[in-house]
Amino acid sequence: MKDKSQNRNWFQKGIQNGIPIALGYFAVSFTLGIAAKNAGLNAFQAALASFTSLASAGEFAGFTLIAALATYAELALTTFIINARYFLMSCAISQKLEKNLPFFHRLLVGFFMTDEIFGLSVSTPGMLNPYYTYGMAAVAAPAWTLGTMLGVLLGNILPARVVIALSAGLYGMFLAIIVPPARSNRVIAGVIVCSMTASYIFTYAPVLAGIATGTRIIILTIAISLFAAIVFPVKES
Amino acid sequence: MLLHNTYIYIFIMAAVIYLIRVLPLTLIRRDIKSPLIRSFLYYVPYVTLSVMTFPAILTTSDHPIAGLVALIVGVIAAYFRRSLIQVASLCCLSVFIVELFF
Repeated sequence: MKDKSQNRNWFQKGIQNGIPIALGYFAVSFTLGIAAKNAGLNAFQAALASFTSLASAGEFAGFTLIAALATYAELALTTFIINARYFLMSCAISQKLEKNLPFFHRLLVGFFMTDEIFGLSVSTPGMLNPYYTYGMAAVAAPAWTLGTMLGVLLGNILPARVVIALSAGLYGMFLAIIVPPARSNRVIAGVIVCSMTASYIFTYAPVLAGIATGTRIIILTIAISLFAAIVFPVKES
Repeated sequence: MLLHNTYIYIFIMAAVIYLIRVLPLTLIRRDIKSPLIRSFLYYVPYVTLSVMTFPAILTTSDHPIAGLVALIVGVIAAYFRRSLIQVASLCCLSVFIVELFF
């Protein structure tokens, strides 16, 4: 690190930009906590899972599999498939880190690489100061963890109507991630429609409905993503 | 319950996610070259999140219409680039309001 005061500035800027992320995380992780509770996790376990994983869709799928008493291999494979996108994100970030950046910074930046923190980290001009990422994480990660814990605890106290309504929030979050890029990219729009249609068929069609949720996610993700990748390869910028 | 220990589940989740995030930053110092793998990974989040959203959103409440309204409202809100928290809140509100009619 070149300059300590520079690090502090980036950390403060990270906290500032991390606040809107934290607010969103708090609401969404509350519904994730409800999902965790439904899967049989207690508040501590849910908070632990959220703090150590920091992944919305990944955790949601994980809780679904835990509820289904999936095997460890199923959980590992599903987690791998669902979170594979982080691999590309980290690849992009690796190009933005100083070549001589100490190893422990790489280990730490990787831990906090959520979709939103990635989005802000990758859009900084020039090289990324890891303290910017840490600043965002300093507010976003506790919000995510606390929200999950409160979701488990208050999921019980809140009226059933409210809990049911809140559990729709996670789907809203997913829509907020997948829909905007579909505006200007017809392939993504087509992929979304195909995926939802196929998922519907796999959920209700005879025989296919017998396939477990986790397996369905893996099969459809690999099949449709591979098909799209072959037919509509992404043009490099 | 040695076969289904919750802490082992949590550890597996965290370990797999961390490895995915940290390996490119530490071991792989070059970009993925294969256009096929790059394209595949590019589409993965869209397929996975779509598959997880639908038809599961219809089972949010006992009345599928509530989830359907939430889906439509959520897609419209997201289309007009409302923030993550706004889209999520609107979906919750949709389900809540539709449920009041039953």
